[in-house]
Amino acid sequence: MAVKKISKVQPEKFEFNKKNKDTADSIIKNYPSGKQQSSVMALLYLAQKQNDNWIPLSAMKYIAKYLDMPYIKVYEVATFYSMYNLTPVGKYFFQVCTTTPCMLRGAYNLVDVCKRKISEEENRLSDDGKTSWLEVECLGACVNAPMLQLNEDYYEDLDPTKLEQIIDKINNDEVPQPGSYRGRLSSEPENTRKTLIGNKNA
Amino acid sequence: MLKLKVNDIDVEVEEGTTVLQACEQAGAEIPRFCYHEKLSIAGNCRMCLVEMEKSPKPIASCAMPAAEGMVLKTNTEKVKKARKGVMEFLLANHPLDCPVCDQGGECDLQDQSMYYGIDKSRFKENKRYVPEKYMGPLINTQMTRCIHCTRCIRFATEVAGVPELGAIGRGENMQITTYLEKAMESELSANVIDLCPVGALTSKPYVFEARPWELKKTETIDVMDAVGSNIRVDTYGWEVKRVLPRINEEINEEWISDKTRYACDGLKNQRLDTPYVKINNKLKPSSWDEAFKAVSERISTTKSEKIAGFIGDMTNMETTYAAKDFFEKTIKSENLESRYEKLYINTNIRSNYLFNSSIEGIEKSDLIILIGTNPRFEATILNSRIRKNYLKNKTEIISLGDVGDLTYPYQVISNNTDTIKDIIDNKHEISEKIKKSKYPSIIFGQSVLKLKSAPYIFEEFKKYLLENNKISDDWNALNILSKNSSTVGSYDLNVLSKNSSYEILNKLENNNFEILILFGQDNLNFEKKNEFIIYIGSHGDKGASIADVILPGATYTEQDGYFTNLEGKLQKAYKASYPPGEAKEDWQIINELSSFIKRKNLYKDKNQLIDSLINYLNINNKNETDFEVPEYNFKSEKIITEEIDYYHSNAIARASKTMSECKNIRLSLLKTGTDN
Repeated sequence: MAVKKISKVQPEKFEFNKKNKDTADSIIKNYPSGKQQSSVMALLYLAQKQNDNWIPLSAMKYIAKYLDMPYIKVYEVATFYSMYNLTPVGKYFFQVCTTTPCMLRGAYNLVDVCKRKISEEENRLSDDGKTSWLEVECLGACVNAPMLQLNEDYYEDLDPTKLEQIIDKINNDEVPQPGSYRGRLSSEPENTRKTLIGNKNA
Repeated sequence: MLKLKVNDIDVEVEEGTTVLQACEQAGAEIPRFCYHEKLSIAGNCRMCLVEMEKSPKPIASCAMPAAEGMVLKTNTEKVKKARKGVMEFLLANHPLDCPVCDQGGECDLQDQSMYYGIDKSRFKENKRYVPEKYMGPLINTQMTRCIHCTRCIRFATEVAGVPELGAIGRGENMQITTYLEKAMESELSANVIDLCPVGALTSKPYVFEARPWELKKTETIDVMDAVGSNIRVDTYGWEVKRVLPRINEEINEEWISDKTRYACDGLKNQRLDTPYVKINNKLKPSSWDEAFKAVSERISTTKSEKIAGFIGDMTNMETTYAAKDFFEKTIKSENLESRYEKLYINTNIRSNYLFNSSIEGIEKSDLIILIGTNPRFEATILNSRIRKNYLKNKTEIISLGDVGDLTYPYQVISNNTDTIKDIIDNKHEISEKIKKSKYPSIIFGQSVLKLKSAPYIFEEFKKYLLENNKISDDWNALNILSKNSSTVGSYDLNVLSKNSSYEILNKLENNNFEILILFGQDNLNFEKKNEFIIYIGSHGDKGASIADVILPGATYTEQDGYFTNLEGKLQKAYKASYPPGEAKEDWQIINELSSFIKRKNLYKDKNQLIDSLINYLNINNKNETDFEVPEYNFKSEKIITEEIDYYHSNAIARASKTMSECKNIRLSLLKTGTDN
């Protein structure tokens, strides 16, 4: 994972809308007066949500001014955390987990599908501009490896063909069913065993 | 006091010290990269690991506070192995380009890997590459070499007060950068070069100039401002290659301003290296004899009261004293003046023109009032002390008039002299604050002393402070902030018109003199008519451009010389190089000129001059002089703090290309404006 690239195309201006401004003010109130800088992460996330899931530089400047802190400190935070997107992402944003458990279960096959069906490079919009994908670190669903996150939902127990189907559905603007794609209920065992009693090596 | 055991040696340390400091007190050397005494603790290089009893893992000694009864070991196998491991990690991504790195020979990483590291690496992958960053005309970056100690970030944020540096990304991909890569807007920016333990930040003007072991090092002092920072001048042959800070806790701690560090290339440009005499309205190179002859002929045919001398802003005290003797004994005239503006200076006692709270003392001040001064540009190092005080104690700082960004917040009040009158008459809210404060510091800049009501402001304010017991043996709240390195020394030598009147300066303006001798004085404000001007100095600047005879002198790095800094400390600048070409040391020129005119030397040798000078200072500094306070009146006027051209404030800086570059960049930043 290299340093995050900053988008070359940047909007001139960014300002919180009325609703987000109220939310931001109430977040700031959670901290003692003078410690308003602590709310920088929450405000960056608000800005990301407001601006089609990515944070432009003007938003960082706006937040720095809003919280009375140096720009560079906001910039540091925004580049540190992987969940802040600093380049435009698609309306449908795939985050493929490639950390060890998922990798062992074939996460890179999913990455290949993304490369083929969405865009050659990660963080680049597809030709129709609707989708983009990104390799990420562990999303905490190792029991259902390999998996990916599409916008707010997890899609688990995948394989290349199933991912292709998901992407096809997305391209038709249908929302595929989240969850396990091998018919499991969350992370229940795949056979009928419900406990470890009687298992020799448990 | 806490009792600890380090390597079986008992030590007692004060509460609040770190384990690293405790180990050092016990005489154990701890390697470190990120830890620095003057900066906050980061604890991210892990080089300072030591073993502590009852701790399963080695601890980072810089970040661990010392506690009662700790038993520490710094020389066990475990510690040595830990250091080797850390070194291996630090070197995993560090390029092996020491032969082409400017830091080579004075690199912490190089030295410590020799002492504590191992000679091989198990890291087989490709090394990381980081693109270069732009950090202005002074700092050269090679960020691939960076080991992420974050000293530069902490320095910029804490000491310099410009939070412009930061670390973006994370882990292996962390990069140090300025926000969108612009030049650092600080007068202390180049100190990050000294702080950088590797060759990531190096000096741009000094790039590939010399290796540290080839240079002759001379410990001396700086003359760019009145602070008198302690510096080390590195020379290669005649050339001054670079200037580095020297630790002096009482004055500059271990920082120096960018002007101190980088005006040194001005020592090579615009130099006067041979005497010049004006023939047919054109300056022609000549020999010393011809030049002396031209001068002495002119002087001996002119009435002594028609001859005046002016001491420059970087003239050392030997030269000033020799000039004084030259005027008193050889010419028999009293027209020697060290001021170039009409400043009111009460020379009755020494504390009337000193920075009495002292540079170190300002740190404990609990109320700072700036009157007609911008310490950021007039005394950068002093300003960093005020900031240090502000950060530590949130001290109240008040300025009469808005003087721009000082790197700390301050309250702005009306800059009319009426404000001062109100304070003195106890009508202003600040009067109460001064009375309540235990260690107030009132800092008068030269812009106040220039005013028509300067005598009123100074004398009445002093009286007010005396009445309220703010001037006593252990604290003196009255401070004068002088701008130039020669100012206080000249006052100590009493080189002023009698009673500090403006007689000489008035006569100069009215063109009443026939001969002017400028001892490195470039700042005089007058229109030349028929005066015959003799310039003794080092640079072809304003003074030399109006001269009829030029006698080439030496700069502060080319002659031994005493300077008194703004708080009255007498310090000596040592000779690091020698004057170029035919140029001579300033006192020598005066001495020889005297022998040309009177057939008699002023001094046998320099020792005689110094003995005489020190003797004079000893007598003069202890006693009150007969100074009569002139009659003064209050006048309502605005105190306008004169803006100084920081990067071009003296002849050496004006001759420096680096300083001009800095100035242009600062101007372009002002023009385009930054986002705030």
